[in-house]
Amino acid sequence: MWGQVWPAFVNALKGGILIKTLKGRPISRGCGQGEALVTNESISFLGSVDPTTGIVIEEKHELKGQSISGKVLVFPAGKGSTVGSYVMYQLKKNGTAPAGVINRSAEPIVVVGAIISGIAMVDSTEPDAITTIKTGDMVRVDGTRGVVEIL
Amino acid sequence: MYLTREEEALLDGEKGPTLQKAMELLTALGDIYGADSLVPIKSAQIAGVSYKTIGDAGLEWISDLKGKVVVPSILNPAGMDLERWHEMGVDEEFAANQTKIIEAYQRLGIRCECTCTPYHIDTSLASFGDHLAWSESSAVSYANSVIGARTNREGGPSALAAALIGKTANYGYHLDENRAPVITVQVDCQLSGADYGALGYLVGAQVGSDIPMFRLQSRPTNTELKALGAAMAASGAVALYHVVGVTPESGSYQAPDETITIERSQLDEVFGKDRGHHVDLAALGCPHYSLEELELAAELLEGVRVEKEVWIYTSRQVRDASPDAVRRIEASGAKVFVDTCMVVSPATDRFGYVLTDSGKALKYIPGMCGVGSGLASIRECLKGRNSD
Repeated sequence: MWGQVWPAFVNALKGGILIKTLKGRPISRGCGQGEALVTNESISFLGSVDPTTGIVIEEKHELKGQSISGKVLVFPAGKGSTVGSYVMYQLKKNGTAPAGVINRSAEPIVVVGAIISGIAMVDSTEPDAITTIKTGDMVRVDGTRGVVEIL
Repeated sequence: MYLTREEEALLDGEKGPTLQKAMELLTALGDIYGADSLVPIKSAQIAGVSYKTIGDAGLEWISDLKGKVVVPSILNPAGMDLERWHEMGVDEEFAANQTKIIEAYQRLGIRCECTCTPYHIDTSLASFGDHLAWSESSAVSYANSVIGARTNREGGPSALAAALIGKTANYGYHLDENRAPVITVQVDCQLSGADYGALGYLVGAQVGSDIPMFRLQSRPTNTELKALGAAMAASGAVALYHVVGVTPESGSYQAPDETITIERSQLDEVFGKDRGHHVDLAALGCPHYSLEELELAAELLEGVRVEKEVWIYTSRQVRDASPDAVRRIEASGAKVFVDTCMVVSPATDRFGYVLTDSGKALKYIPGMCGVGSGLASIRECLKGRNSD
């Protein structure tokens, strides 16, 4: 009986009854799960995020004061200094890195940072992650397959 | 992107985690930029060396890597002269961290040669048609434009990944179709020396990352082309340019119809912006001076006693190859430092205003060092005066 029910159950999940699935492009391998933190603003890791605490410190950024640690960080793209890649690595070593990253359109600073740090990352999802995922949603990022699930 | 069986095996981690990460970096960037495959490289030049720019974050990453590069690989300038840092006024803590960075790179088999002018120290690193993974923007510009080699503007980690794998993703300036000029720059006056830095400073800001084709009245030397390309890569993001009748690929293309014209008065404005400003430091050698430039500085300083601090930057190899010029320069009170430059060293930060003969340094000093900068000819710089 399980042989028939289980696939149907999984299909129901994938069909969006219980789990909403966003299909994107795999960027950095591995899986990460956490509460979503969504912003419409680009992020520069150098100077904008405190590597010790994982708290956004950039003045005027809409995430200012919030922690990215353990979150699935959803933002349009990276910006600023290429040293930002190393800052992501530092966050990882300090245990303050995001659990996963979803970008609308990946650029090299965040791509390099996610890969060297082993942070799961996906971009170009369909439907668009920034408008589909809400801050606080429990999200799983599969950077190997390029799939995002809202649990 | 197509990968060979060997490349797939590296990506699957069969040769360990460092090479797996390196392959992940190359393939991810290749996919983003639409590369069809990886291409073997002749050499790598790796940025992200100065502790001032990469800090503890970069030091941690480089220190954790394990492996050996498989192609000749050298470094960008560090934050200090690795021997005479004390004389530059660099503090002990910075020096200790900078030394750790250099040692970490050396453990990966990278040559401890810190220069933005790899082409001055070893001509085997890049020849016409070679594929490279170089990071330093002025060296990228020189390799593509003056040598006719092929490299994108790599970040530090992607250049290092390419050095470990011996390949880079085949996109951008590696491909013929992306090397054609899109705008003509007509220069209506004679140029010499620092004029080329001023020209690059103006044109880079106007063309951004486009490929310009210059029509010049003067025939530039390679040293002058170095200054032109460095300034354009700083005020814009120009990684390749052509000069009609001069650079090796210029004959393959027609000058594009869209044209901007540069006149003498515009160049004079770049030089004249702070004319008469008090000078605290004259800093020359951005990019690092060649043998010829060092010799010229020595001639100009013959029998002179400099009134201001005059620091000249070059590579260790060029300095060691011209002991006589260095002795004559230092007899004047000027100093020749190696391994570093005025932009990436914290030593510049304590001066109030820096005069330079480099369009690139003119652009970067205010932001990177927090001090003012002015452009002047090498003669004026050595006199420490920004005036005729």
